[in-house]
Amino acid sequence: MKRFLIPLGIFVVLVGFLALGLRLNPREVPSPLIDKPAPPFTLPELVDPQRSFSQKDMLGKVWMLNVWASWCVSCREEHPVLVAFSERNIVPVYGLNYKDDRKDALAWLSKLGNPYTMSIMDRDGRIGIDYGVYGVPETYVIDKQGVIRYKQIGPVTPEVLEAKILPLVKKLQG
Amino acid sequence: MMRYVLFFCAALLAAASLHAKEAVPAADDPVVEKRAVTLEEQLRCLVCQNQTIAESRADLAMDLKKEIREQIKAGKSDEQIKQFLVDRYGDFVLYKPPFKPITALLWGGPFLLLVGGVIGLFVYQRRRRGRVVQASLSDDEQARAEALLQSNEDRA
Repeated sequence: MKRFLIPLGIFVVLVGFLALGLRLNPREVPSPLIDKPAPPFTLPELVDPQRSFSQKDMLGKVWMLNVWASWCVSCREEHPVLVAFSERNIVPVYGLNYKDDRKDALAWLSKLGNPYTMSIMDRDGRIGIDYGVYGVPETYVIDKQGVIRYKQIGPVTPEVLEAKILPLVKKLQG
Repeated sequence: MMRYVLFFCAALLAAASLHAKEAVPAADDPVVEKRAVTLEEQLRCLVCQNQTIAESRADLAMDLKKEIREQIKAGKSDEQIKQFLVDRYGDFVLYKPPFKPITALLWGGPFLLLVGGVIGLFVYQRRRRGRVVQASLSDDEQARAEALLQSNEDRA
């Protein structure tokens, strides 16, 4: 009887690893940017390209940066969540309009609603590279010192918002 | 009929221009190009995770190819370029991850398994040897066994 315990034990451990591996999402690669200062940028505003915005303008405030594009399918899924969230006025959400056409982006916002305090344009995706963007939408929570504290890869869902983002924002605003 | 042909040609043209947009931005200098491709073959495309940046045609891979070429032209070393990408996307972009505490099991795992296997084999062999009992024969049995062996040899 004892002889079977060893292979059974190995099997259980293996199944444990596989079960764990199946539940992990391979797209969620831990970002090296967590707890690092938000990469600097100065980009033109979407609505008024004559004006520019820099991450430095937000020092002293907790804010969220949401990377979006009108061509991005998951952004459409995420959008109503952000619109509802912005109406609660808890934390300002800024949009990084990633590799998009300005006309398309503006049409998108007027049709689906604008949850952003302001959107800025990263036309060639250069700032996206600095922020390690690889799967739009992505969302960053940045603290008062301008340090990235959280990164959401893929759409922000109501669950993620309640369980992760809101408690963190409350703590940071504290 | 003519209209369909025209439509078909227009569609072809549209497809061709779509493709042109995706073309790899090859550097003019063959030395730069070669270095860029060698680097890209060691880097993972995060959009399509089982492809290298060199193989991938994803939008981000195209941007990174451009970025890598620009950095080579700006005189950055291969290590600096890799570090640039690791700082932004993490060790996961490297197909050959560095050895550090968090990757120790990844690198050491196969050797651990090997050592475990050798120990297991050793223990198994020793136990088996213990189990083979030295059988002793009585004089009578010895004689019978010899007779049997003898008859076998005769037949051969």
